[in-house]
Amino acid sequence: MNAHQSLMIAQPIGPEEVRSYGPQSDAMVRFERISKIYPAYRDKPEVLALQGIDFEIARGSITGVIGRSGAGKSSLVRLINGLEKPTTGRVVVDNSDISALTGRDLRLAQRSIGMIFQHFNLLSSRTAADNIALPLEIAGWSKADIRTRVSELLSLVGIADKHDRYPSELSGGQKQRVGIARALATRPSVLLSDEATSALDPQTTRAILDLLANINRELGVTIVLITHEMSVVRQLAKEVVVLDAGHVVESGHVADIFTHPKHPITQSFIAEVTGDSLPVSLASRLVQEPGGQTVIRLQVRGAGVGDTLIARLAREVGLDVSLLSARIDEIGGQHVGTLVLGIPGGEIVATRSMAWLSQHQVSAERLGYVA
Amino acid sequence: MSPELINLIIQATGESLYMVGIAALLGTAFGLPLGVFLATSRNGELFSAPLINRVLGIIVNATRSTPFIILVVAIIPFTRLIAGTSIGSTAAIVPLVIAATPFIARLVEAAIREVDGGLIETASSFGALPIQIVFKVLIPEALPGLLLALTLAVVSLLGYSAMVGAVGGGGLGDLGIRYGYQRFMPEMMLAVVVVLIALVQLVQSAGEYLARRVNRRLRHR
Repeated sequence: MNAHQSLMIAQPIGPEEVRSYGPQSDAMVRFERISKIYPAYRDKPEVLALQGIDFEIARGSITGVIGRSGAGKSSLVRLINGLEKPTTGRVVVDNSDISALTGRDLRLAQRSIGMIFQHFNLLSSRTAADNIALPLEIAGWSKADIRTRVSELLSLVGIADKHDRYPSELSGGQKQRVGIARALATRPSVLLSDEATSALDPQTTRAILDLLANINRELGVTIVLITHEMSVVRQLAKEVVVLDAGHVVESGHVADIFTHPKHPITQSFIAEVTGDSLPVSLASRLVQEPGGQTVIRLQVRGAGVGDTLIARLAREVGLDVSLLSARIDEIGGQHVGTLVLGIPGGEIVATRSMAWLSQHQVSAERLGYVA
Repeated sequence: MSPELINLIIQATGESLYMVGIAALLGTAFGLPLGVFLATSRNGELFSAPLINRVLGIIVNATRSTPFIILVVAIIPFTRLIAGTSIGSTAAIVPLVIAATPFIARLVEAAIREVDGGLIETASSFGALPIQIVFKVLIPEALPGLLLALTLAVVSLLGYSAMVGAVGGGGLGDLGIRYGYQRFMPEMMLAVVVVLIALVQLVQSAGEYLARRVNRRLRHR
């Protein structure tokens, strides 16, 4: 009877639970049916920040989470480090359900999750070294261990000479390096970056993103990049999740999303970085009334992007295609080419070309006509 | 001025410094934690306790709106309970502390609220305890503001201490009233005012010097 009872009790922690928590899971962060509602308080109405969030962030990956302000990015990142609790669902970080942890367990779990911020959030009363020491002091490290670790970290982020400098003596990029060193101090397995380059100039942004890429490669730290800039995602991330109004509207490999964006929000983010990719002289001649050459833009990717595509298009459809503009970007580690073609011969030929392209899985878009 | 009168001034200065010094010390001991709590206990803050916050806020306001001279007289039984007597410099410290505590608390609250909320979030994200956040983040970051607040409190206490002559507290203010005003000795009045001005200048300069020294935000610009 007793044995039977204990079996009954043991049953609910069955295979499903083992699968979600088991060490074999390759997800570092998993959102399971998350919603987050901020209740009304005084004169502030209830806010539905996130709904139906259900995705995984792979161990060791660099994943971009992109959205406009108010899309729910900040709530999402605060669910990962347990600063906020989901209203429904759970967030599993490194195989432990962080949304269920409280008190000491939560504080211990938070030490394995580092975070960097848009405005760096350094203590103005502490030197670079002492700022980096703060999480270690909080974790109760000994003075000697802290000293060794802080020197290591300062070298890792390339500012060993700034040991005794106060934040007011550092440039934006140097401050963010201190922020990164501080976030890595307790050897976390996840690094959350909340708009970490949004306050920096383009060169410094590039240097900080390169540093993050190195850290990901050398330390194997999973990086979650919260941003509103597609250029950041393009430079650093391999995976991207697009948030809009509290929902995930699109997610996948960065190169896929760049070449085949489905949701209008994603398309607008991508347009911001690729622009119309039309030379000014061409853009000014572009009209919407049919006549002359039809202008189409297509995106191709992979090694040797599009080198035979135009020739095959010309041969198989039987037309004299002209190349009006072309550029190649490296996105999510892949080459993505944007080609703008001029197709003479009127509407019928243009439609046939578009059909041929879609047959060959090339996304093409009709931009207009030039005489 | 006769040596007796100079002795009186020295003695009164000693009394004033004694009352103000002890009152500032105790007022800080009570006012600093109270101010930190007021600054961190609104809804959703570090020590979120909105009800206690409001009750304490009301008590602080009530104490601060009572004119000091009325406070001194009104709490005489309480003073006798604490100090064993209601007359003299030591007894006068009781109402001074009661007036200084809410004043310091409000100044501390303002200084702590100046600290960027992002720093609290940052420390929380490392898994810091609220008490660690207070001692490692809030107080060090607010230190320049806290020092200026204490300077202001000491200067105000010097002013308040002039009124405790009403309960035999002694001090410079009392000397000025009894000799300078009631005995028609304008030179005594002048001497008292000069000493008070010098003391306020000294306290203010020392406070500003210390605040500037610990202010890393300005120091290196």
